[in-house]
Amino acid sequence: MNKEQKTDEYIEKCKKELPEHILKFIEECNQKEHPDSHLISVLHKVQDEYNYLSKEKMEAVAQLMQIPAARVSGVATFYHYFRTKPVGKLIISVCLGTACHVKGADLVAKKLEEELGIGFGETTTDGLFTLEPARCLGMCAMAPIIKIGEDIHSHVTPDQIPAILETYFEKYNHHEKKK
Amino acid sequence: MAEKKQVTITIDGKDIKVSDDLTIMQAAESIGIRIPRLCYHPDLSIEGSCRVCIVAVEGSKFFISSCSTKVTEGMKIQTNSPEIRQARRDIVELILDNHPKECQTCERDGRCELQNLAYDLGVRERIYEGCRKEFPLEDSSVSVVRDAEKCILCGRCIRVCKEVQGIFNLNQHHRGFHTEVTPAYGAKMDDSVCIQCGQCINACPTAALQEKRHTDIVWAALNDPKKHVIVQTAPSIRAAIGEDFGFPPGTPCTGKMVTALRKLGFDAIFDTDFAADLTIIEEAHELKLRLQKKERLPLITSCSPGWVNFMERFYPELIPNASSCRSPMQMMSAMIKTYYAKQINKDPKDIFVVAVMPCVAKKFEMERPEHYLDGVKLTDAVLTTREVDWMIKSYGIDFVNLEDSEFDNPLGESTGAGVIFGTTGGVLEAALRTAIVELTGKKPEDIEIKDVRAVEGLRERELTVGDIKLNVAVSNGLVNAKTILDKVINKEKEFHVIEVMACPGGCIGGGGQPYPPKGYKILDPKLFAKRAEALYSIDKGKKLRMSHENPSIIKLYKEFLKEPGSDIAHKLLHTHYQQRFPKGIR
Repeated sequence: MNKEQKTDEYIEKCKKELPEHILKFIEECNQKEHPDSHLISVLHKVQDEYNYLSKEKMEAVAQLMQIPAARVSGVATFYHYFRTKPVGKLIISVCLGTACHVKGADLVAKKLEEELGIGFGETTTDGLFTLEPARCLGMCAMAPIIKIGEDIHSHVTPDQIPAILETYFEKYNHHEKKK
Repeated sequence: MAEKKQVTITIDGKDIKVSDDLTIMQAAESIGIRIPRLCYHPDLSIEGSCRVCIVAVEGSKFFISSCSTKVTEGMKIQTNSPEIRQARRDIVELILDNHPKECQTCERDGRCELQNLAYDLGVRERIYEGCRKEFPLEDSSVSVVRDAEKCILCGRCIRVCKEVQGIFNLNQHHRGFHTEVTPAYGAKMDDSVCIQCGQCINACPTAALQEKRHTDIVWAALNDPKKHVIVQTAPSIRAAIGEDFGFPPGTPCTGKMVTALRKLGFDAIFDTDFAADLTIIEEAHELKLRLQKKERLPLITSCSPGWVNFMERFYPELIPNASSCRSPMQMMSAMIKTYYAKQINKDPKDIFVVAVMPCVAKKFEMERPEHYLDGVKLTDAVLTTREVDWMIKSYGIDFVNLEDSEFDNPLGESTGAGVIFGTTGGVLEAALRTAIVELTGKKPEDIEIKDVRAVEGLRERELTVGDIKLNVAVSNGLVNAKTILDKVINKEKEFHVIEVMACPGGCIGGGGQPYPPKGYKILDPKLFAKRAEALYSIDKGKKLRMSHENPSIIKLYKEFLKEPGSDIAHKLLHTHYQQRFPKGIR
């Protein structure tokens, strides 16, 4: 039995976990002087692609960059930006910074929790929304702010929430029908 | 690299000249000042996380940690004052605030570094009552149990795993109050790249890492009248067991150990050294065949289960090179449940074999499916030296004043070659003693092959045996093994035999050995040297010092195993390995 072949199989399996452009990026990083110093950039790319870092993806990064897996997952769990649990298609960030708080962000947050039936850090059962707190999105003049996907909603009041969410439900369902 | 330079500094009013590559802690130590410390270990990288070793430096507004700060010209350091002592005490009080109040029921009560430090610094009450971290106990592993609530995040386990063993299985995950030391992805130990060596247990200052306890099942077996309970003791136990009873390190305690085990109620006490001799016969035979056929070289020893786990996860391409011999523990258990069972006319199912081992990975090894024989587990329980010490104390045996006694027969006789298995280079030395006779037909002039005693962790030698030149290598601490194994993989050098022991120093530094006594530190080469000396002194005192001279072994082959490498020997004394996942990154 050829053991080397078996080892290669494992690397091949890891390669299948990631898309071509990330594999290429890892390849480039590995050519550089300190490949490990590019770990965070690689994790960013993986998260951009999948919205979160699954165990399988992190293992693939570890194997392909030859960085011990404990370091990869240590980094991934240390930084708040990285997620290790799956998230919905759209992330709703509710700004809870000082200005938004003064302008009633807590009421907006409460309404969102009610309407979606989930708490912070959770994802709706249909997989569309994940609710997350944010500490100042830097748009204090337009407080309170919520960010849904890449869209910013300003001067939000609790009673606007159902209508705002509805637009996304429609958009999402529309997409589904098209498929 | 910058040139070393001498600087003049003042410590506690005393002017001294020291090299500028020293830290404040090291400079203080050079004039006999021992600054309290917790996360620091001289052989590991600097973490600087516990802050216990703080000192005052003139010109600095705050106290600085002495383990992580290098001395500079003109530095004025104060290591002691009421304020510094108070600050250190505060720091330890705050660590304790986040630590369970379970000292009296804790496995490390009385042997805990945090407890000792708190006492030394004068912590006499729990002042702070804050939130305490809550983590579940991770005891799913067959070898290493992790209790994150007792962890103080000193990072010593992480560093020993990474820097001494080259595994990097453990790391801090998450941050702040939620920080927890776990394998990658928060996986259970057995689902990780952990090789179960137990060095993290030795390095841990508290009981956050412990071996899986087998004492309960051993007590139960001893109290079961239907069970015939047999114990075997590894070579390195006799060299370390006395430490927990106040004997100075390096005191051989073979006789007292046997008496103590007899008092505990074991029906027979056998010596794993016997099986070490048996291993040599089989392994020397294997080596001879491979040298003749020029295949699967180098032969790599397989006695160390931590190393076997490492090989299966990190160097799977070397699996064909590993000796197919079972470890001495498993050879002994196989002989007990076949050869000996027949002699005493017992069903192997009614025999309960306990192995006293310096090793935590042995608990994993005994569970391997390859180590069942016709549905019967070969070894039923593995006690570490620490566990058996506790059992002896708990039973009320006055170990210090015990008379000596002898191992039982027929599996209790051993040669000097068997006993040196317990220290680095011992397996190779023992194998060479027999191989020299086999290959040259003559007894060597000097039986001691000191050249392979790799006290520094790594040794490569060229030995001439008859007209054969053998390239041999010995390593202990897996970071050292990597150096050799990479040479094999990259075909940089042709080796014939390689001895790999997972733990630093070999079994004498195993993950299940007693915590270092006062005056010694974890991973202390001085402690290992003393324990090794105990084994070498036993070897010197033996009439028979070559495995093939062991009369009980000769008898065993005559009556039962026929000849080395026979079919029955293969069935009972040999095993196989397989690649394991996740694959480690080396």
